[in-house]
Amino acid sequence: MSPVSTSASRLVYDALKSCGVRLMSALPETWLVHLIGLAEADPDMTLVRLAKEEEGVGISAGAHLAGVKSAMLMQNHGFLASINGIVSCAQLYRIPLLMLVSYRGEFGERDPWQTEGGGVTEDLLRALRIPFARLENPSHVSHRIAKAQTLAHSANKPVALLLCRDLMWEEQT
Amino acid sequence: MRRLDALRAVYSQLEGRIVVTIMGAVAAELQSIGHRPNFFYLQHAMGLASSLGLGIALSRPDRQVVVFDGDGSVLMNLGGLTTLARYRPRNLVHVVFDNESLLSVGGFPTATSTGSDLAGIAAAAGVPRTQTVRSIDEFTHAFDEALAAEDLTTLVAKVEPVGPSAYVTDLSLLENRFQFQRYLKESRTTR
Repeated sequence: MSPVSTSASRLVYDALKSCGVRLMSALPETWLVHLIGLAEADPDMTLVRLAKEEEGVGISAGAHLAGVKSAMLMQNHGFLASINGIVSCAQLYRIPLLMLVSYRGEFGERDPWQTEGGGVTEDLLRALRIPFARLENPSHVSHRIAKAQTLAHSANKPVALLLCRDLMWEEQT
Repeated sequence: MRRLDALRAVYSQLEGRIVVTIMGAVAAELQSIGHRPNFFYLQHAMGLASSLGLGIALSRPDRQVVVFDGDGSVLMNLGGLTTLARYRPRNLVHVVFDNESLLSVGGFPTATSTGSDLAGIAAAAGVPRTQTVRSIDEFTHAFDEALAAEDLTTLVAKVEPVGPSAYVTDLSLLENRFQFQRYLKESRTTR
């Protein structure tokens, strides 16, 4: 069994559906496998698998202009790879983006290659003035996602939710 | 073939279709022919015009979407061609004006000037219909065929590296963005 939490993934997915999200772009990473699986199995969801995360900014922008609510599933390194698109498409054109970012590289990270991104993720979000909240505990997942979506659409700008280890990973030790 | 002449040749076909362009010369030239509320100009974020077009095409399968892209932009998002091909929106026509240069920053040659073949790359990515054209007659014929085919097409139009004298127009970015969104909303409710 993968230690990625199926119950937390379901909770996040259901919260996105409740916000009216009907299109998700995604680039797979370990913590996102269940979320992507749920999107793929859902006939009411359009799942767009990407080659690189920045494409998702353009896809979400197009969906928004066409009246469809969307979300982006990515790792924090995918957020790093998307920054020009976020700035020069979503922020320049005042496009709401709901970004679900798996937050690798925090305390407890065992993969050496994931450890640099964690140290810069929140500083970059602040530098870009992207409002964000951490999702750590199942009890606050639904309302934080709903509130993030509300702000994204009232402000017409990107927001981020950080999918944290304590929520997504059921530790074996 | 000059890009401006190519745009003029198909301009009447753009009525009622959703149009997305890249920045710079393509945006300025299309506006010089005549702006319409169904035109959106992505004035930065190089590479993402085709992704934005895909997002619209998937969200509005009832409408045809035309993306006017460029060689420099496509080269920044070659992976996006694989995503286009993977979802194969049959309502998307992807035109790439290939002048083999980054014209707006001084005309530096791109990799298409040394043989990289964007139609070939698109075909290898899985785009079902691809073609390279070099004259206005070929372009208008291929564009009409692409609209009639109702399948994902990447049409590479080899054009001269010439552009407008200025790139900034009096249409502000946000005015264009909100007008375009309103057009899409109203076009949905009236159908």
